[in-house]
Amino acid sequence: MSSDRGSATKEIRVQPIENGTVIDHITAGQALNVLKILGIPGTSKSIVSVLIYAPSIDGTKDVVKIEGRELNVKEVDKISLISPNATINIIRDLEVLHKNHVHIPKKVEGVVRCINPNCISNSNEPITSKFTVSSDDLRIVLRCVYCERVISEDIAEHLL
Amino acid sequence: MYPSIYIMAFEDMHIISMKDFSRDTIDHILATAEELEPIARGKRTSDLLAGKILAVLFFEPSTRTRMSFEAAMTRLGGSVLNLGSVEASSITKGETLADTIRVVNGYANAIVIRHPKEGSAKLASEFSSIPVLNAGDGAGHHPTQTLLDLYTIRRESHLDGLRIALAGDLKYGRTVHSLCYALSLYGAHITLVSPKELRMPNAIIKDLEDRGIEVKQTESIGEAIKDVDVLYVTRIQKERFPDHAEYQRVANSLQITPELLVQAQPGLKIMHPLPRTNEIDQRVDLTHHACYFEQAFYGVPVRMALLALVMGAIE
Ligand SMILES: Nc1ncnc2c1ncn2[C@@H]1O[C@H](COP(=O)(O)OP(=O)(O)OP(=O)(O)O)[C@@H](O)[C@H]1O
Ligand SMILES: [Mg+2]
Ligand SMILES: [Zn+2]
Repeated sequence: MSSDRGSATKEIRVQPIENGTVIDHITAGQALNVLKILGIPGTSKSIVSVLIYAPSIDGTKDVVKIEGRELNVKEVDKISLISPNATINIIRDLEVLHKNHVHIPKKVEGVVRCINPNCISNSNEPITSKFTVSSDDLRIVLRCVYCERVISEDIAEHLL
Repeated sequence: MYPSIYIMAFEDMHIISMKDFSRDTIDHILATAEELEPIARGKRTSDLLAGKILAVLFFEPSTRTRMSFEAAMTRLGGSVLNLGSVEASSITKGETLADTIRVVNGYANAIVIRHPKEGSAKLASEFSSIPVLNAGDGAGHHPTQTLLDLYTIRRESHLDGLRIALAGDLKYGRTVHSLCYALSLYGAHITLVSPKELRMPNAIIKDLEDRGIEVKQTESIGEAIKDVDVLYVTRIQKERFPDHAEYQRVANSLQITPELLVQAQPGLKIMHPLPRTNEIDQRVDLTHHACYFEQAFYGVPVRMALLALVMGAIE
């Protein structure tokens, strides 16, 4: 992990990846939650580098780079909830092959646990949690489809 | 939040939340209830739902709502199947609600459910191919209560431009919140009367104001009562207060008495979802202002209308 706030040469210190994914423009401070979403550290042996509070055009950002791995839709959905401005860059042969902005889904299923302990989605029923997603400016607001309880803060803490 | 203009097709529809209803839809339900009211009063008999079965799944006790649904179904010539006591059923053996619903689908034409968990009626609807009617899901929705409140106002007063005061526990009472949202569709003037600790949440007041509704707040029932058409009184629960003395003080300050009613408009109607404790002095029952027992009756025609509509017996 490297944190070199203010240094213009920060990215040079990180070894380039040949094939894999760069998650860029992560909301500053959220990189560790992104790692959690990706299950890192876990069983996978991919090489990961992380920049925390790196300077960027609009203040600071975090960046996560993973060798030899692409993300699935559910992972990207989760990242969008905690970091709505992130970009997912697919790296092939050292070059950026695709760049996609995460987009905030209208609905998420099986991604977040409802914070209402008395919600039916938190009991032993054969369903996954479901939330509708709305956003005003940069704030993401999740509303449970079952009990209508709203989650708008610390979404990362409620990810499944 | 409320879709408007269109009237939805009712057959096979689930009745889960007031938020699913436009004003036109509500008006249609209330008009249907009015047509069925003579049957609810036993003045006419009906076989509109003959041969149909309503499964009544109450996972927590609520005699009033259950009996009202059973009366509605029976008055329309249908029959009722009861879950019986939860202790004696397979629920205590750990059966999921989803399984219970799928099983009961084989026994009935519609299901009415009361369950202690929020969102349970919504879940039930996802596993049901027959209509599900929510009779209360924990602190969640209770749409038939709101509809019968609206029906009472329509019959005993008037919905359009209503001046209404709501008194009591406005903080936790979801019924009151739901009623306020519904009344906002009719351009109501709302006065909220409650002690500081039981005020309506600001988010809800703001929502109502955003819908163009005028909301006044006061702690004085005497002040509020002077220029309203309807006074809606709710129960204040002892548990909300740190000590008994404080509860007594608040309860007394909000009590409705004949003496207080001297200041009221002659046409004032007093509503209460019942059961009451002592929010309304029993002497008030004898005045023409009292309409809470009529309100309890109105649950029957409203539930008749819903049952007949979702089972496709009328459009
Ligand atoms: N081979 C590589 N190894 C590691 N990181 C890389 C590699 N190629 C690109 N990146 C990183 O991926 C991100 C996207 O690269 P790109 O070249 O598109 O930068 P950019 O033009 O600044 O993009 P943006 O406008 O999205 O900020 C940058 O953070 C860049 O440092
Ligand atoms: Mg850049
Ligand atoms: Zn919930």
